[in-house]
This record gives sequence, C-alpha cells and structure tokens, in this order.
Amino acid sequence: MTTAAGAHGGHVDHEGARFGMWLFLFTEILLFGGLFILYAAYRARYPNEFHEAGGHLDAVIGVANTVILLTSSLTMAASITALRTGQRRRALASLAGTIALGVLFLVNKYFEWSGEIARGFYPDSPLLAGRPQGEQIFFGLYYSMTGLHGLHVMAGIVLLAVMLALVLRHRITGGEYHKLENAGLYWHLVDVIWVFLLPLFYLAA
Amino acid sequence: MSSYLDTGGRGGIAGWIFSTDHKRIGILYLATMTGLFFVAVVIGVLMRVEQLVLDPPLFAPQVYNAFFTVHGVIMIFMFVLPGLGAVFGNFFLPIMIGARDVSFPRLNLMSWYAFVAGTVIVFVSLFTGDGAPDTGWTFYVPFSVRTGTNVTLGLTGVFMLGFSSILTGLNFITTIHRLRAPGMTWHRMPLFAWSLYGTAWVQLLATPIVGITLLLVIAERVFGIGVFDPAKGGDPILYQHLFWTYSHPAVYIMILPAMGAITEILPTFAHRTVFGYKAIAYSSMAIAFLGSLVWGHHMFTSGMSEQANLLFSLFTFLVAVPSAIKVFNWTSTLYKGSIEVRPPMLYALTFVFLFAIGGLTGLMQGALAVNVHLHDTYFIVGHFHYVMFGGTGVAFFAALLYWFPKMFGRTYNERVANLAWAPIFVGFNLLYFGMLVLGYMGMPRRYFTHLPQYHTGHVIASVGSFILAAGLVLFFANLVVALLRGKRAESNPWGGVTLEWRIGSPPPAENFDVIPEIQGRPYRFNPEVSE
Amino acid sequence: MDRTGSETHVMPYRTLVRVWLVLLGLTGALVAAGTTLHPSLSVWAMLVITPVKAGLIFYYFMHLKYEKPLLTGLVFVTLGLLVLVIGLLFSDLFYR
Repeated sequence: MTTAAGAHGGHVDHEGARFGMWLFLFTEILLFGGLFILYAAYRARYPNEFHEAGGHLDAVIGVANTVILLTSSLTMAASITALRTGQRRRALASLAGTIALGVLFLVNKYFEWSGEIARGFYPDSPLLAGRPQGEQIFFGLYYSMTGLHGLHVMAGIVLLAVMLALVLRHRITGGEYHKLENAGLYWHLVDVIWVFLLPLFYLAA
Repeated sequence: MSSYLDTGGRGGIAGWIFSTDHKRIGILYLATMTGLFFVAVVIGVLMRVEQLVLDPPLFAPQVYNAFFTVHGVIMIFMFVLPGLGAVFGNFFLPIMIGARDVSFPRLNLMSWYAFVAGTVIVFVSLFTGDGAPDTGWTFYVPFSVRTGTNVTLGLTGVFMLGFSSILTGLNFITTIHRLRAPGMTWHRMPLFAWSLYGTAWVQLLATPIVGITLLLVIAERVFGIGVFDPAKGGDPILYQHLFWTYSHPAVYIMILPAMGAITEILPTFAHRTVFGYKAIAYSSMAIAFLGSLVWGHHMFTSGMSEQANLLFSLFTFLVAVPSAIKVFNWTSTLYKGSIEVRPPMLYALTFVFLFAIGGLTGLMQGALAVNVHLHDTYFIVGHFHYVMFGGTGVAFFAALLYWFPKMFGRTYNERVANLAWAPIFVGFNLLYFGMLVLGYMGMPRRYFTHLPQYHTGHVIASVGSFILAAGLVLFFANLVVALLRGKRAESNPWGGVTLEWRIGSPPPAENFDVIPEIQGRPYRFNPEVSE
Repeated sequence: MDRTGSETHVMPYRTLVRVWLVLLGLTGALVAAGTTLHPSLSVWAMLVITPVKAGLIFYYFMHLKYEKPLLTGLVFVTLGLLVLVIGLLFSDLFYR
C-alpha cells in the first residue's frame, strides 16, 4: 500500500500513497456500510426487540473499550507528532502504547464474548432460538459487526507492530514518516467504526 | 531500446509472474481470462446441447444447475468483470496518460494474484465437498444458506475476485490523479482513460458492499449467525437489495471500459476527431453515478414496495440517457468521416449494433408491467448476453484487434479476422435473438428441459451457439498464429493519434524515454486545421 | 504537478489532547443521554453526537482539516453514496 513509485526508480509519490490509503479507507467504510444498512433496516423492523436484546449486553465493557480506543487514537497521533519533532523515544513509546491499548481492547472483547456465550447468547443457541426473531437478528448483527471490527483491530495491531519494527530499524524516521502516517489513518478509521458501534449495540437498551 | 517483451532480468515464467510492469500484468490477465473464457464457452455449448437432447436428458438436472452456475460465475466474475480494464486498462492507461507505470505497481501484481487465487478457489469448490454450487451466480438466500452444495468455498473465491477488482480500481484512480504527464489536463485525457476512471470509482465503492454481503452468507452457513435467514427473522429481500447494490453497478464496470475502447477505435478509422468529447467523458461519470441507483429493477417481482418499484423504474429510464448520448456521439463521429472498415472497425461497429439491441431490450424490462411478464425468462438471458457479450465481449475483441499489433509487435491476418466475424455475428444473433423470442413466448430461464412448444426455438438457438463457438475458435486461432508467425508490426499501423501510437511496437520497457509534454486535445487528426 | 509529495501539517500535542478530551466528554454525554433521557430523545442525541465524534477524529486525528479540498470532497461523496443507498432501500422498507 505504501509503495507509490511515480515511475520505475522514480521519486516516491508520498501524496499519491496517502491518496491511495484514503481510497482504501473508503472501501472499508462501505464494507462496514453494508452492515450499517442492514442494522438500520432491521432496527426499523424490530424496534422493541432490539431495545430488549441490547439490555443483554454489557454496556460497561462497551464504554470502557470506547475509552481505550479513543486513547489509542491519541497515542497514535502523538507518536507521529513526536517522530516528526525529533522525539524518537517518545514516538516509540507512544506507538508501543497504542499497540498495548489495542491488545487490551481485544482482551476485553474476549471476556465480553465469553460472558455472552456463557449466558447462552450465541448463534444457533437453544436460548436464542426460543427468543423473538428480532433478538436473534440483533445478536446476528452484534456478532458479525463486532467480530469484523475485532478482526480489523487485529490487523491494525499487526500493522502497527511492523511500523514499530521499522522505526526501530531507522527505516521510518522524522523525515520519512509517511508509512507511519498511513498506518495511523487505518488505526483511526477502526476507531471511528467503533464510535458508531457503541451506541448501536451497547446503548441500544 | 529493448521492448517490454525481451528485457533482461528474470527470464522465463518467473519474469512474468513476478513482474510489476503494468504491460506484463495486462498480458497475464489476457492469458488467464482468455483461457477461462473458453472453459465457460464450452460449458455454455454443453447447456445448449442439453436443450437438444431431452429424453432422456444428456446431463442430470443437478449437473445442469452446476453448469449455469459455473458458466455465470466464470463469465461474470472472471471474464467480463475484470474485462477490458484489467487487460487493456493495465496495458494502456499509463501509456495513454504519459506515465511509466501505475501508481502502485506491486499492488497491481497482487491484484492479479488475488484474481488467480479466487479463480483457483472457485474451481476447487466445483470438485470438492458435496457437489458444485447450484445457486446460479446470484447466490440468493435462503437457498444459498440451505443448499448442501459447496457454496461456502465458491463464495470465498468470489470474494477474492472482488478484492482483486477493488485493488485495480484503487490503482487506476490514484494513477489518473497523480501520474498524468505535464500538460495532460483532465480534458486532454483520452476517453478510454475517462471510462476507466468512472469504472474505477464503481469498483472501489460498490464492491465492498457485495463483499460484506457474501461474507455474511458464509457466516450464516458456517456459524449459523442469523442475518438473512427468514427462520431467524431475516429478510431475504434485503439480501437481494445488497447483492444488486453492487451487481447492477457491476454491469457498468463491465460495459464502461468497453465503451471507452470503442471511443478510441471509431475516430481512428473514421480519421476524424471524436464528436462531443466532453459529453462522452461526462456521460461516463453520469453512467457510473446513475448506474449505482437502479439496482431495484432486478427485484420488481420480489415483493418490494410499489413506491420503490416506481422509483427504480424511473432511474432505470434515466440511466439510458447517458448511454444514448454515447451512441449518438459515436454515430456523429462517423458522419462525414473517411471511414475505413478494417477488422477493429468492423467489430466496433458490430458492438454499436448489438449494444443498441441490448440497451433497448433493457428499457423494455425497465417498464414495470412488461417486466412482470418477462421476469426470469429467456428474454432476460438474451438481453444480458446482448449487453455483456455483444457489448463487452465484442468490444473486447475489437480492442484486441486494435491494440494487438501494439501489444505484441506483430500483425495478424486481416482477412481471417473479417472471415471470423461472419459466424460470430450470425451465430450470436441466432442464439440470443432466439432467446429473446423464446422468453417472450414464456420459456423460463435455468430449466434443464422445456415444453414441446419451445423446441423449434431451442433448436435454432443451439445451432446458433455451435456457429458462434466455431467463429470464436477461428478468431482466436488467427491471433495465436499471428503471435507465433505474424509479420513485424509498424509502430502506428492504423494512423492512431493517442500516445500509445507514438512509441514502438511492442512498447519499450519504460514506455517513454522522456515523458512527453502534452500540447493540445486528443484526437486531432488534422492539427493544422484547428481544434 | 507536485511529484515529491507535500509535507503534511504537524499536529501539536495540545490540539491532540484537547480533541481527545472532547471525545471523552461526548462519550460521557452519550451515555448520560442514554440513561436519563426518554428513548425517543436519546436516539436523537445518538444521531447527533456520534457523527460529531467521528467528524472530530476525521478532522484532527486523520488531519482531514489540512488536506486538499479534493480529498475532503471525496469523503463526502463516499458518505453521500451510502446515505443515498440507505434512502433508496427505505423507499422499499417503509412502504412495503
């Protein structure tokens, strides 16, 4: 994604690379967009069931994870500022902090899902099969949307780990910061998607 | 300067499949797609044979279901969807805008790998698990959730193909924004590049929606997640909405680059500047935009609301306007030109004729009342073959004939190319006009057999398919012979004026020694006369 | 055309922290609205606050504020397309 060569062996087109990254983010927006469309359609059809089913989710974990991701966005942006103002160690620390917060998010997610499953709310579960259809759809959307988002968090962590290694090996520096910037764009978008997931699921009750 | 075909470095097959040269990637697509095209042609002919031999049926009904699914998946997702963009777009877009490569060459190669991976997965799905997918290429729920055949793997393959398409679109948009040569303003870009630009936006913005939809069907099959299954409160019509939100714009992914190629060929052989440059350029964008809002016309009989039916019918008629603008501009380009009917021109004119039939039969189905009668009949099958095959397919052949000397540096036998046209044209119209008539009489699509009153029509269509297939074999055999033994081509055999005709045939590895400075508009056949 | 790529604006720490604080505040407001307001009102609070939060992240963290108008325009085209699709879909769902 970050190899924008204007020509074979020509100058690297940083603005083109950033443009390409944004185009990729557009595809991500529409990928989740399809799910948001479905959510809107089903919520319009099953308003009461969605309200009811939202009560079975753990809003505390949802809000905690929001705070975690928002903070990770801050450390992500801070690491770019640090790198570009010559504070390499601070940049490394911020980047490592971002990764740690991402991992923390996933740990919370693990406990959250385990809790839901332990209480019998999982696809094709006997409990869910006895509930109204709208609640089955709610949990179908809940697992697909938070699951797909979780996969994106994982991908983001891997991406940031690669960036961390590149900074350590001086392949990303205060002058050549563009790869980190593009990775940051991805991380922020994952955050934006979570910003929408919070009210749709955890605050739906 | 050595051409891209014989540069040093890694030789043999590795020199191709690890090359990030946009021209070699274009050829990789050409080779894989042509091979797949013929696999699907064979399956298509087998379906026509099935309609000749009724009692007992030559192939079991389940086999016939797999046939039309696989024929559709290959032709749609592996041939017309990458289509002219993947082959001629990759090869010529950078050259036409005066660049040395696309913006992301490695991503470009990766998109071909994604294409091959998707293709392999789809083919594996045919021969493993509990039988080849039998849903048709549309994968409608609830059947696609419930059928025991190997739909999950097939969907995974299609998802990969979509990913490949997205990467190509992303690359083309960035390339057009960032790498135009000095002086190459938007209004000096060749119209093929404009059509690729419109296409690329549709690829970028519409493909993710079908991507997530297919992933959800997979999740529904594998994990039992309730999203579309009516037993769990799902709405199958929502699946159709999301599927066609992509798959109708996808039709424009297929046809827009074809229109762009025709727009290159007609001025060259009429020796006259293109009529209505801006109208053609902006109609590409208008088609891309309006085409994204008409998907509901695939669902008029699905139980969708009457209000939605009216709205989608209206938009469907509207999208015909920019398409018609193009046709009028093409015919006006010919007016008072000195027309020279050589093979690329012959096929290009055939495109205009067949596409007009395809477009007009499309309007018939856009009318709500008529649609109820025609829905899911052979009329639909005939219509979209006129658009997809008579349109995109024939434009693909025209583009191949037009650019073949440039791409490979060899000339083909023009008489044989003209000769192959006759069986293609005759066979095509027997087959697909036959289908239009059969459909109007009431023959439903996707049946492995038919009632006696349709038999004559089926015989005519089947005979047409044999003639058509023979013509296709002759067409490609001619090009293979040219590839091996053709005479050296000049750098500008047709008298074209866009940038690709100013460099050698085949093009040098770096396209241009010096990036050209663009002075004026494209398509100036007599620069001294005036703009 | 500029081939070497432009340097983007360096975001000062102060701006970043302020944006972060506003985002946390808005999250708090969202939770408060969900627990205290009548459901029909809290939905409206959600529909207003959430896009504002997303907009802040886009504008500052993803420095859309300092990009060329072209890119900002394309973001709106993408979101606009999504809204159009939802609108057309509801022309079916509302009247079915």
